[in-house]
Amino acid sequence: MSDTKKFMFVNRKAPYGTIYALESLEVVLITAAFDQDVSLVFMDDGVYQLKKGQQTKGIETKNFSPAYRALEGYDIEKLYVEQEALEARGLSEDDLLVDVTVLSRAEMGALMDEQDVVLSF
Amino acid sequence: MKFGIVVNEGPYQHQASDSAYLFAKAAIAAGHEVWRVFFYHDGVNNASRLTEPPQDDRNIVNRWSKLADEHKVDLVVCVAAALRRGIKDENLAAGFRISGLGQLVEAGIQCDRLVTFGD
Amino acid sequence: MLHIVNKSPLTSVTLESCLNTATGGDVLLIEDAVYAATRGSAAEAKLQSAMGRFKIHVLMPDLEARGLGDRLAEGVTPVDYSGFVELTVSNKTSQSWL
Repeated sequence: MSDTKKFMFVNRKAPYGTIYALESLEVVLITAAFDQDVSLVFMDDGVYQLKKGQQTKGIETKNFSPAYRALEGYDIEKLYVEQEALEARGLSEDDLLVDVTVLSRAEMGALMDEQDVVLSF
Repeated sequence: MKFGIVVNEGPYQHQASDSAYLFAKAAIAAGHEVWRVFFYHDGVNNASRLTEPPQDDRNIVNRWSKLADEHKVDLVVCVAAALRRGIKDENLAAGFRISGLGQLVEAGIQCDRLVTFGD
Repeated sequence: MLHIVNKSPLTSVTLESCLNTATGGDVLLIEDAVYAATRGSAAEAKLQSAMGRFKIHVLMPDLEARGLGDRLAEGVTPVDYSGFVELTVSNKTSQSWL
């Protein structure tokens, strides 16, 4: 397929409480396989998806957080985290398990306006 | 215009599926094409032929099937989400088909507009 | 851009996140988000102060279903499903703030 669109995935939900974070990641990987321009955005509780040190043995659920580190291998390098969301949760960039670009709310809004397709789960 | 619609929630539990259906109907009434509806997460439960709502309630599953039949809407159920939830070819309602997530991405690429309904 | 919100402003930060982040454009309140567009709701002031940047619409069938069809807050534009479709046509992209 020759058409390339700008796809943005907006993640605003925490992992494990609901399945959305995991299933969102699956769409992201497929979208990259279609050679689309992919951006991932983490806002609100979505920033918890990237928290280092997730230990899921006690809840008998697969820890899917290492997959965020594998995104680079699929040429998905545009990961954006909202500054205000990190601060509101007592987190900083050092708490995250992958390299991201931290944006202010206003910058995030401007980035949304540039997209062709916005998917949120 | 060519529309794609994404449904992320199951029928009867959340309004998303009703909103998506009414939106699709209104889009068709306005002369637009609803090219594909993609069912993801619990949304795959919209495709269960075994659904039996009480008689005085709307039949959400049949409503989708009818829309597909009358307006050639492609109803696609995500295979991974479906298998996780026991939706298979043997209990799939008319007009639905099971396929991969690529169908969602394709809808994003091919359609002029993609509108998502969920929780 | 069209921003679609479906959560009550009294139980979720979604509407606030949307209004604080998006640069402007159309906001459509559907499902439980319609409670934000009612006179006397605690969210009304927030909505009013956002009206400079956004045009706020509410899906009337959802408001009427909830018994609040006669409490539409000032400055909010009522739309039906065909109006919802028109908003998705006039905006190149829509974002559902799930």
